[in-house]
Amino acid sequence: MGPVEATTAARPQPRRRPLTERRRREAFRLLWRAGFGPRAGDVERFAKMTRRDAVYALTRPKGQARLSGPEPRTAEGKALAPNDLYGHDHLWWLDRMVRSNQPLVERMTLIFHDWFANSNEKVDSQRLMLGQNELLRAYALGSFTELFRAITIDPAMLVFLDGVDSQDGSVNENYAREMMELFSLGADRGAYTEQDIRQLGRALTGWTADYAEGQGWINFRYDAARHDKGRKTVFGQGGNYGWEDAVTLCLDNPYHPSFFAEKLWRYFMPMPADAATSKRLADVYRGSGRSIRAVVEAILLDERFYSGPAMVKPPVVYVAGLLRTLGRGIDTEDWVGLATSLGQRMFYPPNVSGWTKDRWLDTSTYKGRWDAVQSALAPTLLTPRKGHSRNPESADEALQRALAALGSPPLTGPTRDYLIGFSARVAGARRPRRGPGPGLRAMRQNALRQLILASPDYQTA
Amino acid sequence: MSDQSCHCNGFTRAKLLRDAAARAGEGLPTIEPGMPLPAGTGLSRRRFVFGAGALAMAVYGANRLLPGVFEEGIARAAAADPQGRVLVSVFLPGGIDSLTLLAPTGDPNYKKLRPKLALPAGQGFPFREDSRLVWHPQAEALAVLHNEGKLAVMPALGYEGPDQSHFTSRHYYEVGATDAQLRIGWLGRYLDAVGTGDNPLQGLSLNGALSPTLAPGRVPVAALDSPAAYRFAAQGVDDPVLSPMLEAIGGLGGLPTPGSEPDLAQARLIAGASSRLVGQLRPLASPSDGAPSYGTPVPYPPTSDLGGRLQAIAAMIGLGLPLKIVTADAEGLDFDTHAEQAQNLPQRIADVGGSLLAFQRDLEARGLADRVLTLVWSEFGRRPEENGSGTDHGAAGLGFVLGAQSSGGMIGEFPGLATLDEGDNLRMTSDFRGVYAGLLEQWLGADASSVIPDAARFARPKLVR
Repeated sequence: MGPVEATTAARPQPRRRPLTERRRREAFRLLWRAGFGPRAGDVERFAKMTRRDAVYALTRPKGQARLSGPEPRTAEGKALAPNDLYGHDHLWWLDRMVRSNQPLVERMTLIFHDWFANSNEKVDSQRLMLGQNELLRAYALGSFTELFRAITIDPAMLVFLDGVDSQDGSVNENYAREMMELFSLGADRGAYTEQDIRQLGRALTGWTADYAEGQGWINFRYDAARHDKGRKTVFGQGGNYGWEDAVTLCLDNPYHPSFFAEKLWRYFMPMPADAATSKRLADVYRGSGRSIRAVVEAILLDERFYSGPAMVKPPVVYVAGLLRTLGRGIDTEDWVGLATSLGQRMFYPPNVSGWTKDRWLDTSTYKGRWDAVQSALAPTLLTPRKGHSRNPESADEALQRALAALGSPPLTGPTRDYLIGFSARVAGARRPRRGPGPGLRAMRQNALRQLILASPDYQTA
Repeated sequence: MSDQSCHCNGFTRAKLLRDAAARAGEGLPTIEPGMPLPAGTGLSRRRFVFGAGALAMAVYGANRLLPGVFEEGIARAAAADPQGRVLVSVFLPGGIDSLTLLAPTGDPNYKKLRPKLALPAGQGFPFREDSRLVWHPQAEALAVLHNEGKLAVMPALGYEGPDQSHFTSRHYYEVGATDAQLRIGWLGRYLDAVGTGDNPLQGLSLNGALSPTLAPGRVPVAALDSPAAYRFAAQGVDDPVLSPMLEAIGGLGGLPTPGSEPDLAQARLIAGASSRLVGQLRPLASPSDGAPSYGTPVPYPPTSDLGGRLQAIAAMIGLGLPLKIVTADAEGLDFDTHAEQAQNLPQRIADVGGSLLAFQRDLEARGLADRVLTLVWSEFGRRPEENGSGTDHGAAGLGFVLGAQSSGGMIGEFPGLATLDEGDNLRMTSDFRGVYAGLLEQWLGADASSVIPDAARFARPKLVR
């Protein structure tokens, strides 16, 4: 992990330390919530910046993303085949989360994968899903107008919400409903009626594709003959609407800006936006010409982002963060099965509303997180020979060493005290006078590292 | 069920009975021997065994540290209620098409609304209470249960002002009210009223994630994927560090959290519950090789996830674990058949029917049938008028109450297709909140008014014998 200020977190010295400690905590939170946690040196770098500079460093990346660190491999040393091999789609993206120097771009791609949640369970083509993934990445911090237009006619979306199956005379409402309910306006707010859904469904007709045995869906195209050319009435206005009009109608609906603002807010904050915040963010959104970046910056600069309560880390963020913290790349396919245990397998959200964000943790997914830590730590487990120190090592020192190996993450006081107590208890178990021998010290280190990374504290940021 | 693509040669009762007879001579088969260790832990079996063996110490150690919290609470719960009743909730996600499962071939409007998808007359199995309806050929298992008087059928379950959003309508069913703001599931609210702080198994979701129906406000509940594999592995840690390390999961979970940190409080609550759950599930894990120790007296559909979950429930109740409320949702079976309905729906119907029949036979073989009642529901039915190759979201849909103590028969009537609601959907003839209140009162002996908002407004059908 490089030379980290291992003692800073635990032994604040009276002079200027409190400021440093607060800034480190803010850096941790920003890096976790607007990315995938820190890599070596990130916390120290961000802690030196003003809040605004730190946020802009994430929201205004320059040029193409650079991937640094070991190339992704299977345990057998083979390169990934993301379009073709089961699970390699997940690994390919996890690798970008771990290695990109533009983590917020990946995080926004993840947010929009949840926002426009399509599952390969139905699309049945890793190639189409990865194509959609590139689309989401391209617009991740750009214009929501452009993103919404592009996703509406994205091949995976056309398959997932049955656009390819909808035509004049037999309209399939699936996309029409979700484009308003989940993507742009929200249910139960009075923004639209059931009648609007049916009319909008007619406007969206015309897209199609061919299904070829062995190839899946191909030849995505707009076929004017399949389009319902009749007059439609949406939101009380009539017209001969087509699919582009459908997008514009939703975006121009007066309920859209507040929907966008409140939905985006909840990806970064553990509490809903209050009315004043919603209005302020909606104004930013309108005023910026529907710029995603502008609203993200407003959220990340909100005082409550730093002073408010901690928020549970989404499972894939947690896993990518473990690997970043440990400086480890993708070197096993185990992360695919583990993703399911943790409750977030990329490209397989449970349904079109995405993952259930306010219930990431339960007894099953918590065990998944424990198992993920076991896998993450496996290559660096200590043995009496490996990593053994001559120092008899007090309980406190043992905790410091474990924290330093993990980038010195902040812990709450009660957790720190509990772990010191644990450290003392296990050391005294056999040789209370002489202190723990090398075998016991190695086991104690392994246990402390596991407990820190699996602790309730570390599940949140 | 092995050849799901061939509708003419699917699951039949005769086949099930033959299979059951063939296996009976072998004694109780164990559960599928290849049942996996926790996915992706990267641990060898031996390592895992080591972890499992150490677990017992952890639990006993924890018991010494915190006297009375773990096993006494569980033992108390189990001993207090050895004949306790269990309610199982099975959710069919996506909105199952009731007009395929129980097809109104005798309704003159059916062919007009479903020119491509209507079940042809003469197919399927008769439905005793209404000659207009027939069970789909792939629903034979349900027809068998219904004819035995063990499956009560609600042909038009719903509520006034039906919402055609998956998420809104499902949410209403989950919280037991047409209220988008409620955050606690109706079964979670029941457990909050009668449950205890030391028995996570009182509410169990067998889907790998907590079902919102069961989300409580106060008491701990459990979510599991594979109950027999629930334990915390520990590489590179051995005696004497191991026991305190596993205790520390519960210890860190038990730390006090200020009210201003709800997510941290939740993380600690879950860690504490997870630690407790390991102890509760110990009877399920074989001490020698980490494989599940429970078998099944009857075969389940071999590839069905739902069947596997129901099988685990029967085994857990059989082992005396103190289950009260269990959710076993049919996740993985998508009933949102907007397209290609005729190709996809029949095999999913067969999966659900075959799993429920096997579950009932399993409970009967174990002598548990009088203790378990199962509610089967979906967030809505589908629109009577087809859309091409599929159907869009509708309103009233199917519900079942399964069990030896179920009233059987039909609850509410089939409203017919001549008059639809203002959205051209099926009209409801029984309200889901009346069904919930009836289950609470007649099966669980609870006060429905403390669980279901405005419970007095809804008529209770007779659901229990």
